[in-house]
Amino acid sequence: MAYSFPEEVLEHVFSFLHSDRDRNAVSLVCKSWYEIDRWSRRRVFIGNCYAISPRAVIRRFPEVRSIKIKGKPHFADFNLVPDGWGGYVFPWITAMASSYPWLEEIHLKRMVVTNACLELIAKSFKNFRVLVLSTCEGFSTDGLASIAANCRNLRELDLRDSEVDDLSGHWLSHFPDSYTSLVSLNISCLGSEVSFSALERLVSRCPNLRSLSLNRAVPIDRIACLLRQAPQLVELGTGAYNAELRPDVFSSLSGAFSCLKELRSLSGFWDAVPAYIPAVYSVCSGITSLNLSYTTMQNPDLTKLVSQCPNLQQLWVLDYIEDCGLEAVAASCKDLRELRVFPSDPYEEDEFDIALTERGLVSVSEGCTNLQSVLYFCRQMSNAALISIAQNRPNLTRFRLCIIEPRSPDYLTLQPLDAGFGAIVEHCKGLRRLSLSGLLTDRVFEYIGTHAKKLEMLSVAFAGESDLGLHLVLSGCESLRKLEIRDCPFGDKALLANAEKLETMRSLWMSSCSVSFGACKLLCRRMPRLNVEVIDETSEVAESRPESFTVQKLYIYRSVAGPRLDMPDYVLSMGEESPDLIG
Amino acid sequence: MDALCAPADKSIIDLEATELRLGLPGTSSSSSEKLQIFVGRSNKRPLGESSMEGSSNSRSSSSSSNDPEKDGCLGCSIPPSKTQVVGWPPIRSYRKNSLQHKKEEEAKFSGIYVKVSMDGAPYLRKIDLGGYEGYRQLLTALEEMFKLAIGEYSERDGYKGSEYAPTYQDKDGDWMLLGDVPWEMFRSSCKKLRIMKGTEGVGLTCSP
Repeated sequence: MAYSFPEEVLEHVFSFLHSDRDRNAVSLVCKSWYEIDRWSRRRVFIGNCYAISPRAVIRRFPEVRSIKIKGKPHFADFNLVPDGWGGYVFPWITAMASSYPWLEEIHLKRMVVTNACLELIAKSFKNFRVLVLSTCEGFSTDGLASIAANCRNLRELDLRDSEVDDLSGHWLSHFPDSYTSLVSLNISCLGSEVSFSALERLVSRCPNLRSLSLNRAVPIDRIACLLRQAPQLVELGTGAYNAELRPDVFSSLSGAFSCLKELRSLSGFWDAVPAYIPAVYSVCSGITSLNLSYTTMQNPDLTKLVSQCPNLQQLWVLDYIEDCGLEAVAASCKDLRELRVFPSDPYEEDEFDIALTERGLVSVSEGCTNLQSVLYFCRQMSNAALISIAQNRPNLTRFRLCIIEPRSPDYLTLQPLDAGFGAIVEHCKGLRRLSLSGLLTDRVFEYIGTHAKKLEMLSVAFAGESDLGLHLVLSGCESLRKLEIRDCPFGDKALLANAEKLETMRSLWMSSCSVSFGACKLLCRRMPRLNVEVIDETSEVAESRPESFTVQKLYIYRSVAGPRLDMPDYVLSMGEESPDLIG
Repeated sequence: MDALCAPADKSIIDLEATELRLGLPGTSSSSSEKLQIFVGRSNKRPLGESSMEGSSNSRSSSSSSNDPEKDGCLGCSIPPSKTQVVGWPPIRSYRKNSLQHKKEEEAKFSGIYVKVSMDGAPYLRKIDLGGYEGYRQLLTALEEMFKLAIGEYSERDGYKGSEYAPTYQDKDGDWMLLGDVPWEMFRSSCKKLRIMKGTEGVGLTCSP
């Protein structure tokens, strides 16, 4: 070729492409671009750890520095996936230990991480910098001690929402005195007390510390001295925020907070006592992110705090905020982009509602013009409210509504909420994520299939009437990647009619639906690059199940790695040569 | 089963068989009809029922012949005892644990919180029974909270002279009139409060 660029130039150009999609597109242009991209790809995202083998990833991308891997299906968060299902990261770590000596970052979500994994990470990657374990499990604080002791260049240790076998807080003391590179530490999920003096020394010797999320065990009277060592903090998660009001503690705390000129994000506040809240008022004007979802504080103190944050972009809060609080948010927090309201008492059996209704969400949708992302738990909803929200905020990209009682109709008209959700998908043309709830017929799926062309993830529960619903979604939603369904009357017909569609998606989860064993086998035969896994916790032997048997739980995902080999005995792969049929 | 073995190139099966419509199998309906049918039938047809069963609400052109109030709603057959559904509502365990912890804390340290509801009011309130020393104080607080008058308690007549009767649910699940038992006994057994309106509270009067 007379006019080809030298490789170095192309590589440099490619380095400006940050999205995986763009890089993937580049690699398809021609063989030499494929090769250049291959050798220069530094970040890899594996959306499903079973979609491809570690060896295959390493073969294609030999020089990776950062890897993100996801394991269990999303519904595992709600205890729908039994223990021992899988998502083990160990095979990935062992493969990378020998092939990626310069690996710097590991981000894992919903994976099983053992102490052996952590020890191997600590030993194998000399320049290791970032470890993010999001909703992971399987390790103890001993594993964390290995990381602390050996990763000299560690910048970030983030254990968000993971389940850790918390033996003691002693692990933190394993960071050597010579270690000074900490930038971000999130231990909010840990139960036991870490050695406070070790924590304080760590904070004081790490000048680049930007993000510190403490755990509940750190008492309020210890925070001030920590903050004074780290006035450069951008993110802070407090520990328990309660104590009897003592003026000296209060003024010390207040003074410490007023030195945090860079602070943008606040969280923690377990058991917050209103008396201590004014200590943070000095930082409120700069706060862009506020997570009060562990705070049992109620109104008026709760609303008062939130309304003092005019630059708030992200708010996570419990329903103690009530409609009146959300009206205040709508008036004061004009730059709000994300709102999440969680239920304080999800199993409440009273017939009366807490003072948070659909009105709160409608207010925010009216007042906050930049609102894009919503997660809202409530007890009543109406089509009129949903239509209002849709018309107010066509720029919504994520809309997750959970009406707590399954199959709740529009409380004003007793009609299904089809029209309301229909309005959401019709007006919000950029909607990428949607969770449905309430009383819904197949009609809502017609709206979704017709309008939700950018929708990537859909969660459905207790909805629909027939296979038509599922068919409308699978055939209409062009961008659909993840679909998770529970307790809906969807069965074989829609699934088999849209078999090819499933290979264009990352995964499909269906539990307590009407899919037959026979249909699963048929699907698997027709689509060799789909793994069709049936989860069945009853004690019957696999072979004895008739074709018409309705499967409990079904997880289908595309894969180039074939059926996985680490399934527990209650997971059956429908592949014809699956191991379970042999043994 | 025929549909399952359809040839590979016919990727969309004949969906008429699964199409939702009213009327007997074999009849067809226009789409505008269908729309009204959807709105109308949703109040009557319970979830999961086959669409093949034609029914009495095949009146597609008339205005809603259903009485939503009367017939209840589609699928609203809430089981008599609300059993917890696994994984619903969709809240992560660490959140649940956090709330649970809070409840335990509340119970241990910061008082005896009970919910207070009033007939006709859409919202619940919560009060700390530990903050009151007797029925008089509690009643005054309730009157203030809900802006109403409850009146004086008498063992024989209950709360005469008021259309409201303060009641509480005890540990055994029974609804009792406030004031019937000694204060301490009440405080230790009260699970929740309810201010009943009208004649409902009358029947709870303890006969001496």
